[in-house]
Amino acid sequence: MNVRLSTLMHFVAGDAQADRVVPPTGFTARLTVFAAASMAFLAVFALALSLATGRLADRWGDALAKSSTIRITAPVDQMDAQVLAVMEVLATTPGVKEARPLSDDEQRALLEPWFGPDLPLDQLPIPKLVEVIEDADGYDPEGLRARLTGEAPGAILDDHARWREPLVRAAKRLRALGFVAIVLITALAGVVITLAASAALSANEQVIRVLRLVGAHDRYIAHAFVRRYTLRALGGAVVGTVLGSLAILLLPSAGDQGNFLTGLGFERWEWLWPALIPLFAALVAFLATRQTAQNVLQEKR
Amino acid sequence: MIELQQVSYGYGDSTLLSDITMKLAPGSFHFLTGPSGAGKTTLIKMCYGELIATQGRVTLFDQDAQHMSRDDVANARRRIGVVHQDCQFLDHLSLAENVSLPLTVSGRSLANPSELDDLLAWVGLSEQRDAKPPELSGGERQRAALARAVVTSPDVILADEPTGNVDWDMSLRLLKLLVELNRMGKTVLIATHDMNLIRSTKAQVQARVLRISNKHVNQAGADL
Repeated sequence: MNVRLSTLMHFVAGDAQADRVVPPTGFTARLTVFAAASMAFLAVFALALSLATGRLADRWGDALAKSSTIRITAPVDQMDAQVLAVMEVLATTPGVKEARPLSDDEQRALLEPWFGPDLPLDQLPIPKLVEVIEDADGYDPEGLRARLTGEAPGAILDDHARWREPLVRAAKRLRALGFVAIVLITALAGVVITLAASAALSANEQVIRVLRLVGAHDRYIAHAFVRRYTLRALGGAVVGTVLGSLAILLLPSAGDQGNFLTGLGFERWEWLWPALIPLFAALVAFLATRQTAQNVLQEKR
Repeated sequence: MIELQQVSYGYGDSTLLSDITMKLAPGSFHFLTGPSGAGKTTLIKMCYGELIATQGRVTLFDQDAQHMSRDDVANARRRIGVVHQDCQFLDHLSLAENVSLPLTVSGRSLANPSELDDLLAWVGLSEQRDAKPPELSGGERQRAALARAVVTSPDVILADEPTGNVDWDMSLRLLKLLVELNRMGKTVLIATHDMNLIRSTKAQVQARVLRISNKHVNQAGADL
């Protein structure tokens, strides 16, 4: 571990003379910086997408799973009795933390997007809704349905599972796709940097020949190229990450009413993830360039 | 130091050098001569491990070149100063940085930084200290290559047509430098087709002349 640490420190500190043996410019330098910046920019979005869908899945999975609705359909003169019967059933159902009938105003607010603000609720045969909040253990939905059928025949339990589960599944899949995108972006960054490093090594054949002639070890030559390309990738990725993060910050926010698109971004400690992208890009560049340098140098005596 | 035993070298089906046996003993001075295309450069490249003999055995500092790792070859090259006919440099570095490159890659430095100035003065390139290699003339490049070859005070100096691009006076001056190094105990092998240069060395050093002819290396007459 100490040896690895000292190697890393030596790599980070660098050797001013050794760094100078590789020509500082060339199209491969620009290609590496551009590729690293682009990949980092895309990685920020993939990460934001992945985290946002993760939050969405959690919200739908946890918060909505704790609530359900009982819809009571009955003639107007029997409605209050049915509501009372349902409330009595719920009061004696294990796992129910809280239950309350929605007020007319609340029901009107629910229907307002479809019917407008002046809905005459008392003149329409609108079912009555009872909101049920579960406790940590939850209740047995089949048992509750059976009891409701007996005590309040017009009451139907909707535990949201029917529409919640596909949404949660879709959100989780979207999160997985976000991670797949990050893996692909990483692989693509590795490929591009490998190609750039390979082109650089070919373009600098004379440099390698001269270094060999004067007795340079392979690790010295490889180190010079690897350090140069790792630092270029790190610099490019920092620029890409900053630009990507700014773009995420500038996305319009909808506050508490925000949906999926306006919820794209990072919250609190999640900002650590994009901060890791440049380091990860540098690691990919380090591994890709080192492998390429070793392969190229092995082919030449 | 460097020994070739029944060495042959060829490309594909054609043989360039055949059954060559020679030895560069410590402190010896050799000329290698022969017509253009005879294989002088190839033989020199085998002497520092850039080319591997297709047959026979090349020994570099008691190690079989064929079985040396790349690190071993690099270590051997730190003990061999090479001057090529087409001197190659790192074009983005200054002349001074190029000359001190063998020290840089081996993590060493001169005991006294002024030694580099002395070396550059020795080859007449003090004024070009900060110039980039593409700015140098052919002769200047050749002198710079010689300075780079000797900066680490190597045990062996291999020079392939070191006077090819310089005038006669400079040729004699470079040769004198190599003779001085030989007197300091360095082993020197110079490939050249310039017989006048070889003759002019006669008074300065006891040198052996090896001639490549018909793929073989022969001792060319008496020692100079």
